[in-house]
Amino acid sequence: MKEITYEEIVQHVELMCQKANFDLGEDVYTAFKKALQTEKSETGIEILSQLVENADIARRDQVPMCQDTGTAVFIVELGQDCRITGGSLIEAINEGVAKGYRAGYLRSSMIYDPLNRKNTGDNTPAVIHIELVEGSQLTLHMTAKGGGAENMSSLKMLKPSDGLQGIKDYVLDVVRVAGPNACPPLVVGVGIGGNFERCAYLAKKSLFRPIGVRHSSKEIADLEEELIQQINRLGIGPQGMGGSTTALDVKIESEACHIAALPVAVNLNCHASRHQTVQLGASV
Amino acid sequence: MTINIQLPLTEEHVRTLRAGDRVLLSGTVYTARDAAHKRMAESIKEGKSLPIELTGQVIYYVGPTPAKPGQVIGSAGPTTSERMDLYTPELLEKGLKGMIGKGHRSETVKQAIIDNEAVYFGAVGGAAALISRSIKSSEVIAYEDLGTEAIRKLEIENFPVVVINDIYGGDVYTDSVAKFRQGK
Repeated sequence: MKEITYEEIVQHVELMCQKANFDLGEDVYTAFKKALQTEKSETGIEILSQLVENADIARRDQVPMCQDTGTAVFIVELGQDCRITGGSLIEAINEGVAKGYRAGYLRSSMIYDPLNRKNTGDNTPAVIHIELVEGSQLTLHMTAKGGGAENMSSLKMLKPSDGLQGIKDYVLDVVRVAGPNACPPLVVGVGIGGNFERCAYLAKKSLFRPIGVRHSSKEIADLEEELIQQINRLGIGPQGMGGSTTALDVKIESEACHIAALPVAVNLNCHASRHQTVQLGASV
Repeated sequence: MTINIQLPLTEEHVRTLRAGDRVLLSGTVYTARDAAHKRMAESIKEGKSLPIELTGQVIYYVGPTPAKPGQVIGSAGPTTSERMDLYTPELLEKGLKGMIGKGHRSETVKQAIIDNEAVYFGAVGGAAALISRSIKSSEVIAYEDLGTEAIRKLEIENFPVVVINDIYGGDVYTDSVAKFRQGK
């Protein structure tokens, strides 16, 4: 049985939080550059250029690319043959987040409770989803998820008779209503199926797939491509100020569901699509 | 073309600006977001004075990251403005002349912008490291206990914005998007 220490997890999480906020992923950076070649609006081109420059400054000076340094969201794949020693996994992740956000001069955006709204001061607690998997590895996927785009995300329980067209119409509606508020160009994460809570999770999970990587199922991959085309015809553009670059990508994950149900969730990600992955306990 | 404006905003500035204009702002602005707006609204309700004299001023909706040693301010891009919509009309009535943020305003706020001759500017959301370079000084002047949400007095220089809503009812988010829409 592979042992992974509490301290090891803390250290990795601390670095992930900082790297996510300072170093924009190559996939997003490349998508900006590609959009600069195709964007039709002059203001849109100016905005995309500013986003490239902003990413360069953040990486060079190791400062956050956005002041909203996000909720720290984790998807943890916990190998059933690995053992965490020296403390709890949840506490280790939270300690790593607290250390990472404090030492990195990242903003604490979390509050103790939604009614009294007092800031916790270290951006904890993280939102942590754990999936038990085979093997002895511990894989941590982390995103610093901004509040603006999260606020414009949405879930709807469609009827099975709404079908594929209903799904497309709903995704387009969510993007249209979000307009400038979600900080386009967006990465649009879509969950189809599952039940109420699984569907939202699928949408979030889809956002961890790098930009440009299509779903392994051809049917889903084709739907992703079609939605990218349709969203970019809405005219919303960079920052919603008009243009042809509204979505950098669309990701879809789907799952089994009830005969009466067609849940669809749309989790929007702003252009600051900040994702990190670390694998521990890889070699026994 | 880019228009350079030295703050405070004058009536002439406001009358000249049109939705879609690209502007570089220089001078003093005050930061305030959700919690500071709520507190200001409570003060108005209780008949107390506000911590800033609003006449002719510009509020920037931002909650910056903590400054690293040697930095004037941390990363400081705009937050979504519509969360301030509930409180905005009464601030405009008290003389507020400009707002910097991102995203849609309510119909009530757009009307209040027209009625009170003010302007709503959009900055580029998520370009926070770049925007910070236009901020030359930062000082917390009220509500320090709110941390990132405290009211700060900022001196800005060539701070890039676009006019979103003008006094003529122009709105970049609807006008420009219509230009680039394809199909239905």
